[in-house]
Amino acid sequence: MMQIVLAVTAVILSLAAAGAIIRIARGPSLLDRVLASDVLLAILGAALCIDMAVNRHLNNLMLLVALSIIGFIGSVTVARFVADRREQPHES
Amino acid sequence: MNPEPTAVDTVIDAVSAVFMVVGALMSLAAAVGLLRFPDLLSRMHAATKPQVLGLFLLLASIGLQMRTWWVWPVLLVAWIFQLLTVPVSAHMVGRAGYRTKHLHRELLSSDELEAVVQKAAAKASREDASDGGRPD
Repeated sequence: MMQIVLAVTAVILSLAAAGAIIRIARGPSLLDRVLASDVLLAILGAALCIDMAVNRHLNNLMLLVALSIIGFIGSVTVARFVADRREQPHES
Repeated sequence: MNPEPTAVDTVIDAVSAVFMVVGALMSLAAAVGLLRFPDLLSRMHAATKPQVLGLFLLLASIGLQMRTWWVWPVLLVAWIFQLLTVPVSAHMVGRAGYRTKHLHRELLSSDELEAVVQKAAAKASREDASDGGRPD
């Protein structure tokens, strides 16, 4: 049963990662890209969690915590230094 | 872990399988929301689903699969850490989005920040006016 769950969640997470990457590529503003890369990081963490749960080990747990630190620092830094460079303000 | 699965094992496996599939669906929901919602603030609403509830479901499925008690505090610490960092970064991103006007004002049902911003701007201009005469 765990192999079926692994396949199903792999398909779902691949679709979700594709959607987040499309938003990173298309996103009209920098903040949209930051948000989408945060979601991509969350999807990566979900993949690590599912690997741990299916194969019954805990090797990735510290990597998961480090991943959330990286996402936090990255989005806070970019949001702190973002500036408005658009010509007309309502195109988003 | 005994080699032959008992009825309890089957139930725990089923529950954790449901948790994993639902947790993965949270990520898919966030991606669909990112693609379909019109502006930054509504995309932020969709993006928080896998970060909190999705992570909770997946960590719970790890805890169910490991069949030991000592992993639960570790998983709880990981989840609480995520709960502490996600609101801060969301606050920063939302504030930067408000300041750089990445929002559709006609989609807002109420804008509680606007009154505060206008009050601060009026106060700043008043201080400028009273400050302007004095040479200091």
